Amino acid sequence: MNAVRSEGITPMNRQQQPAKEAKGAIKIEKVEKVYDPTGAAVQAVDRCSLDIGAGEICMIVGPSGCGKTTLLNAIAGFHSITDGAIYLDGDMLCGPGKPQAEPGPDRVVVFQNGALFPWKTNLENVAFGPIMQGTMSKAEANEKARDLMATAGLSGTENNYPGEISSGVRRRVEIVRALMNDPKVLLLDEPFRALDSLTKSVMHEALLDIYYKNKVTIFFITHDLEEAIFLGHRVVIMTTRPCKPKKMLEVDIPHPRDYSVLTSQRFRELMEETVEAVHEEAVKAFEAGEKEM
Amino acid sequence: MSATAASVRSGAWSRFGHAMNNERVRRAIISVIVFVGFWEIGSRSEDLFGYRFPWIGLIPAPTDVFASFVPLIGDQGYWTSWYQSTRRVFTGFIAAQIVGIPLGLAMATSRLFYNLSFPVFEVMRPIPPLAWVPAAIIFWPTEESSIAFVTFLGAFYVVVINVLGGAKSIDVRYFQSAYSMGASGWDVFRRIILPATLPSIFIGSAVGMGITWEVVVAAEMISGGGGTSGASGGGLGFFIWNAYIGGSYPLIVVGMISIGVAGYVSSSLIRKLGETFTPWRRLR
Repeated sequence: MNAVRSEGITPMNRQQQPAKEAKGAIKIEKVEKVYDPTGAAVQAVDRCSLDIGAGEICMIVGPSGCGKTTLLNAIAGFHSITDGAIYLDGDMLCGPGKPQAEPGPDRVVVFQNGALFPWKTNLENVAFGPIMQGTMSKAEANEKARDLMATAGLSGTENNYPGEISSGVRRRVEIVRALMNDPKVLLLDEPFRALDSLTKSVMHEALLDIYYKNKVTIFFITHDLEEAIFLGHRVVIMTTRPCKPKKMLEVDIPHPRDYSVLTSQRFRELMEETVEAVHEEAVKAFEAGEKEM
Repeated sequence: MSATAASVRSGAWSRFGHAMNNERVRRAIISVIVFVGFWEIGSRSEDLFGYRFPWIGLIPAPTDVFASFVPLIGDQGYWTSWYQSTRRVFTGFIAAQIVGIPLGLAMATSRLFYNLSFPVFEVMRPIPPLAWVPAAIIFWPTEESSIAFVTFLGAFYVVVINVLGGAKSIDVRYFQSAYSMGASGWDVFRRIILPATLPSIFIGSAVGMGITWEVVVAAEMISGGGGTSGASGGGLGFFIWNAYIGGSYPLIVVGMISIGVAGYVSSSLIRKLGETFTPWRRLR
């Protein structure tokens, strides 16, 4: 097995890193999470260490229920950790003496099934963050929201409710809503999972397009290896529960990328290189699941 | 559009014609005509066929009912009954909203308050409002307040249960994304919990409105119409009771239909309000 040491995976190659104005380096240091509500301690994350460079697209791949989302929730501040520490640009988010980070607009989550507020129009949804933070007046927020929606090809949907637009457009609105907060980190938890594969491919290019305009760090959880290699600077394959990095893959296909990458020789090689490691963990997860039943 | 202009010019008849073109309206009219026709024939079965249909043969025919309704149109007592019952229903209903919505929200948002209040609430809830009538008549100072109280109870539990259920089932992701976008606790209450609960509030209201009409009628029958102005001011429930005592069967049916219409109008009102206040639900 060519597993990498569970701690201290080194940051990606510096030359691969995008623009220098990028911010939002995440340092995950020996993070551990044990769920123990009933006395039966379940270890979701085990001494997981990972350095994500500022402006990096870091793709986290792992089997269902492996604890990837636990890690994301710890960064976002939705859940506590039981050991270790997480830093954002050198500042401790959570760690010794502070088990749970505070949620904040510098780390915004885009959820698997979407969390646009159905009772607000798309524009109201996008303008929500700055108004809540008090950084903009309602008029300013609306104006910026309109601009940002226009750059993401969402003009004309401002006054629709999320229930009136397709799921692909909804997901794009949600990413724009997250970007409105000028976050350092975008936390994406399988955002395109529920989309059909054609819509998904459009969304991938849309996401990259948005990314090239706003260089934020992207922490992207997925099951889909093809998606991971197509989007990421780096793909981190996680072990099944407890979750820690098993294998790390630098994707040396230069950005900006478009869909022609998918048919390239290099893409196929990278797929081959990782597919075995992913399959191995998937089988382990499956068998562990059978045992539980 | 010229079609619109034409319909404005020719007014009510054109609107009627327009409505008749609507499949839904046409079916509704057919449904009523078939129902009334069946009822008419059934009631007059003894005259028509020499055989009296069971049950339905005993009920006054719609034409008889209509005949006894016509003189009531100019009768102030009849309309006072409408007014009395409507007033009682809305008093109880609005009181139930004023008390029930904050109570339900408090139960949903505070675990402490929930743990303290829910057991008592759940013991009280299965007691039918009508079981309160004797106690209410004894304990409350006036019959009017007894009726109002029982009507209040009719809507109260449904409102609380719906608000509680609605507020508790809000997706946790809405809270998480609101907090991560910098919302305060008050913001979350005002901009997440309230609008997310609004559809349940209206569902509870529509059901509660139906129950208040059931309850008010029964309470008026039992308590003798509130004793305010005798037979004519006792509300629709007392109107029916009075018709029963007086042996006027068509009038009983007039009272029943009046309640049906009143309940339908009230529920439509709630539905309309619901559509206005939850515009995002209209697209489903």
